[in-house]
Amino acid sequence: MLEIKNLVVKIEDNQILNGLNLTVNDGEVAAIMGPNGSGKSTLSYVIAGKEDYEVLDGEILLDGVNVLEMAPDERAAAGLFLAFQYPLEIAGVGTMTFLKACINAQRRAREEGEISTPDFIRKVNAAADKLEINKEMLKRALNVGFSGGEKKRMEILQMALLEPKFCVLDETDSGLDIDALRIVSEGVNALREKGRSFLVITHYQRLLNHIVPDTVHVMSKGQIVKTGGKELALELEQSGYADYRSEAA
Amino acid sequence: MADITNLRTSAETGLSNLFEAARKSFATEEKISREEAFKFFEATGLPSRRVEAFKYTDLRAAIVEAAHPAEVPSAETAKSTVASAKAFAGVEAVRLTFVNGHLVDALSDLGSLPEGVTVTPLTEALTKGNPLLKALGPVEQTRENPIYQLNTAFLADGALISVAAGAKVETPVHLRFVGTGATAFSTATRVLVSVGEGAEFSLFETHEGPNGLAYQPNDAVDAVIADKATLRHTRLNREGDKAIALSTIAARLGAEANLESVNLVFGGALSRHQIYLHFAGENANAIVNGAAMLGDGQLADSTLLADHAAVGGVSREQFKTVIDGDATGVFQGKIIVRQIAQQTDGKMKSDCLLLTDEGQMMNKPELEIFADDVACGHGATCGAPDEELLFYLMARGLPKPIAESLLVQAFIGEALESVTHEGARDALIGEVEAWLRARG
Repeated sequence: MLEIKNLVVKIEDNQILNGLNLTVNDGEVAAIMGPNGSGKSTLSYVIAGKEDYEVLDGEILLDGVNVLEMAPDERAAAGLFLAFQYPLEIAGVGTMTFLKACINAQRRAREEGEISTPDFIRKVNAAADKLEINKEMLKRALNVGFSGGEKKRMEILQMALLEPKFCVLDETDSGLDIDALRIVSEGVNALREKGRSFLVITHYQRLLNHIVPDTVHVMSKGQIVKTGGKELALELEQSGYADYRSEAA
Repeated sequence: MADITNLRTSAETGLSNLFEAARKSFATEEKISREEAFKFFEATGLPSRRVEAFKYTDLRAAIVEAAHPAEVPSAETAKSTVASAKAFAGVEAVRLTFVNGHLVDALSDLGSLPEGVTVTPLTEALTKGNPLLKALGPVEQTRENPIYQLNTAFLADGALISVAAGAKVETPVHLRFVGTGATAFSTATRVLVSVGEGAEFSLFETHEGPNGLAYQPNDAVDAVIADKATLRHTRLNREGDKAIALSTIAARLGAEANLESVNLVFGGALSRHQIYLHFAGENANAIVNGAAMLGDGQLADSTLLADHAAVGGVSREQFKTVIDGDATGVFQGKIIVRQIAQQTDGKMKSDCLLLTDEGQMMNKPELEIFADDVACGHGATCGAPDEELLFYLMARGLPKPIAESLLVQAFIGEALESVTHEGARDALIGEVEAWLRARG
């Protein structure tokens, strides 16, 4: 599904990723954990195609195709999805208008016809119900005045509607209370299926109690320094990141 | 230092000659002071950038020749011109149609006015007399404004609209201005809207004209909003691409009166929209928004004066300008709080979105506060579309042009949110979308 080979990335004069290698297989949920400043968010942005980063070396292959040459919208059309750590507020853009524009843009890119309004509304309502998203929220401008939890639920709603192949969740648990964490996790778990993989970036093990990963990778100083099963997350919770900080240094 | 006297320009001489010629046709019993207005204008001339209020909009340089006042159009011309008018066509309203600045009875709904509303054509009022004429010029400061004074001097037509006290008028009145001609012409219209105590009324104005013709419309609305009355005013400028379009709204607000005014600008090589607010009664409330979407070669000026002369007035002004190509946006806003006007709350903001490196925006906010218990503020921003927001939208699959259009629409949309009439708001949003589509 997704293969990252020897990825070297810098922003301004700082090299953040130092030859990162990572493979996530079809249907797999991979977690990346690591201390602050290890390059986790950079990795998520580089996968999604943010312009500020300069890729010095390496490849990101989605089903064998290098996405690094693609603009962010082309990557989205190819099936990549980034759930933002800090979803942006867009005053003046109605949530429904935005959702429909996104769905149709991707359908156009895939040479499918535009979604009909009744189908669209039915689809949004069904997905919103699962995520316990109030219909009033859908009538408001995108993310404007939403709480942290509401914004994260809105990210998962977009994920559900866009049906991506590969989802990156960048610290989706940050700013969530216990109930919101459960709702968001259930939303993600409902999307787990063959043909769709996840990269879950988090600081804390608690998210992984809800979204149980197949593999756990430890990231430090812009590299993957250890890979294991879900038990690795529990170990980290006990021991902290101290070992990995020194290992990579 | 010796006074500097500008040499009269060809346009100024032309205006004097045109005024002299028009003088003969003025009705004898006129209740407007054309002579006084023109005398003021002759003394000041067309304002150049040396005049502070016209620093960024040099009318002396822009108006090269004085265009002839437009004749009353033939019935046939009027009919064919109006047939091509598109602005607000789908919005349910009672229409008063002006072709080249002349009210056309046959194309207006004078016979089917909503209950509580009376309309008198200005030409009729000027010849027969009308008590409402006394209400013209409701804001003192307009007397020192050359655009408004030129409008008074050359006033050709218009209407006096009166809304009875207590009338909650649901059907809006739409002033539909359309222009046509083979050679440049000028217009001067004045519409007075007098909203009686406790009444509610919506007024739409749309302005359309031919491309490629440097015609010179000068349209003014005088609004007298009585105590506890509400006026909702929505204006659309879709003038032709070469027009020099001057306009004014001068509103006097009584106690607890409300004004909501929005002006959306697309047209004109040069446009200047002036807003004069006089808070005469206590606790009056005004929301005045403006939006402009400009392309190559255009200049659009919004100039506002809010004069708080009574306790507890609230004013909110929000102006949004989108600049493409080498266009220029101008916003000048002045809030005056007189000593008596304690507890005034005034906030003024101008935001600009620059889509190219060649465009420019001029902001000149001014506060003149003589009371000590007030909250007044102003702010201005200017910048390119937010890269972070663009990335967010693109990461959801929207190609860059669509993402950018969505952000532009959202930016402008904020200024249109105060339009409470759904049909009018949708029509304005439709115009914004059309502009974005045309931009590609």
